[in-house]
Amino acid sequence: MIDTIVLQARQINKSFHDPVTISILKDISFIINKGEFVSVTGKSGCGKSTLLYILSTMDTDYEGELFIGGEKMRGRTEKQLAKVRNEQIGFVFQFHYLLNEFTVLENVMLPGLKLGLHTEAKVKELAMDRLDTLSIQSLANKKANQLSGGEKQRVAIARALINSPSIIMCDEPTGNLDKKNSMIVFDIFKKIAEENKQTLLVVTHDQEFANNTHRIIKMEDGKIIEQ
Amino acid sequence: MNARLIIRIAKALLLARWKQTLVAAIGVTFSITMFIALLSFMTGLNDLLDGLILNRTAHIRLFNEIKPNFNQPINLSKEYQNHYNFIRSIKSGSSRQEIYNSEAIMQALRMDSRVTGIAPKIIAQVFFKDGTIDITGVINGIDAQEEISLFHFSDYVTEGNPLDIQNVSNSIILGKGLAAKLLANVGDVVLVTTAMQQQFSLKVVGVFQSGLQEFDKVESYASLSTTQKIVGKPSDYVTDIQLKMNDITQAPLVAKEYAQLFQIDAEDIQTANSQFETGSFVRSLISYSVGIVLLIVAGFGIYNILNMMIYEKMDSIAILKATGFSGSDVNRIFLVIALSIGFFGGTLGLFFGFVLSVMIDQIPFNTPSLPTIKTYPINYNPVFYFIGSSFSLVTTYLAGWAPSRKASKIDPVIIIRGK
Repeated sequence: MIDTIVLQARQINKSFHDPVTISILKDISFIINKGEFVSVTGKSGCGKSTLLYILSTMDTDYEGELFIGGEKMRGRTEKQLAKVRNEQIGFVFQFHYLLNEFTVLENVMLPGLKLGLHTEAKVKELAMDRLDTLSIQSLANKKANQLSGGEKQRVAIARALINSPSIIMCDEPTGNLDKKNSMIVFDIFKKIAEENKQTLLVVTHDQEFANNTHRIIKMEDGKIIEQ
Repeated sequence: MNARLIIRIAKALLLARWKQTLVAAIGVTFSITMFIALLSFMTGLNDLLDGLILNRTAHIRLFNEIKPNFNQPINLSKEYQNHYNFIRSIKSGSSRQEIYNSEAIMQALRMDSRVTGIAPKIIAQVFFKDGTIDITGVINGIDAQEEISLFHFSDYVTEGNPLDIQNVSNSIILGKGLAAKLLANVGDVVLVTTAMQQQFSLKVVGVFQSGLQEFDKVESYASLSTTQKIVGKPSDYVTDIQLKMNDITQAPLVAKEYAQLFQIDAEDIQTANSQFETGSFVRSLISYSVGIVLLIVAGFGIYNILNMMIYEKMDSIAILKATGFSGSDVNRIFLVIALSIGFFGGTLGLFFGFVLSVMIDQIPFNTPSLPTIKTYPINYNPVFYFIGSSFSLVTTYLAGWAPSRKASKIDPVIIIRGK
């Protein structure tokens, strides 16, 4: 069963020391298996976003151990962590963070080109495939700033999917969207989780969204109170 | 793959802000243009001014200084060796201006591979008769052919043919000032009296203008044989031997060697004309400093624009880092941006610099003291273009270094969390 563990957190602690020491995360331990659709919920300020940034390897200032794909993340260089993010993790943030200088297609292709595993033509094919899955292939040649909010978020999801990551991490993916677009995004997540057996970790304070996921990790004051 | 991707992203960022990019590139273009034009013009002017003196000055001059003999008989006497010997009223009587054994010396010099060419010369003091008045003057007896090939003599002869002093017997080329004083034109005959009170009539076959007025009022040129006749000396009589070297920097050393070897006075050009080298050096220094200052100013422009671009593109940098671009990738993206501004701005600058130099080269520049110069002098030395392009790349690299480093250190968490 060990090879199905995608992400493991062991006793993760984090505190801010400025100006006084405030403990943000206390003894966070959990395991995410392959194909799981997990949501992390909790009130604003309970540390769920902080936890996500630690899990995403972007924040390296923590105690405890983090394993992604069975490998320990501590002690790696910035360059190695960037490679881990590129290969294994897809990101969807509350804000879409698309590059306005590029077209939708190029935005989706960028992490794939960075990975450098396939030729540009192949990456393009993969990107069109992802856009197709999200039914936005018609937007491929538009500039990122010509899209609506919901469309942008879908492009961001396509970008997260380009390198077939072992886990997709989302930070309030529906936070900026209206009800209708939230539904669309949720349906997409559900679809890629169930049809593609994609592992998803979503941080959200939208209870309705969380209730529809496979598993809820509930946090309060930096601790997991229910999982 | 990675390099191509980085260049592609850099290009997209550059083109997205093409107006800013253009301003930055124009800054570099302007400074490189001025750098090239300034250096070309300054060096052209330097060459001209140096040429004024250096072209017609021998690299080494061999001559006999008329001076009292240092080794007086009493110094050689054993009896008085340990005494202080005071001698008054020594005359330079036994000393001669003539170079002893000049034929043999010239033969030896012609064999020396360090010497490009030699030109013998006789300097004779004379009086030009103008009615009842005597005008003091100097006749330089020269080998016209050698003088033309080594010292550009023909450049300064404004009327007549310099070779005529060789072909027409008893002929002379007068300085412009001297000719004006004597009211002599080409074809006229002037009367010359030597210090020995002998009179000669010489035919004027040309007028020269050296650019130094005082010089033109006194000097005149005749062939070696004519001058020997005037001073009443045999055909091996020579007072100066002028040398051109292959390598001018060797002149001081070689001069010392010849002074020893031929027991003669030897003066090198560096000692005789040290002020010209100083002048050239200072002028070059000024042009280089101005050029570098211009480039530094352009560098600050690039620095500002890159800094602004980084603040604007924080989000993009954050997401690039989140999706797997490392800090060094981001660093390279911004360095590529800086260097391409430097490269394109610099290349245009080289082109405009060349155009500006060509334009300056067309501006008429007529001065009576420089008969051969018709337009402003320009030196099209490729070294300036090489220095200019390397400078533009180095300054833009340095200007881009700090902003790129800053961009690479951006923490994506802070930006993503901040939204």
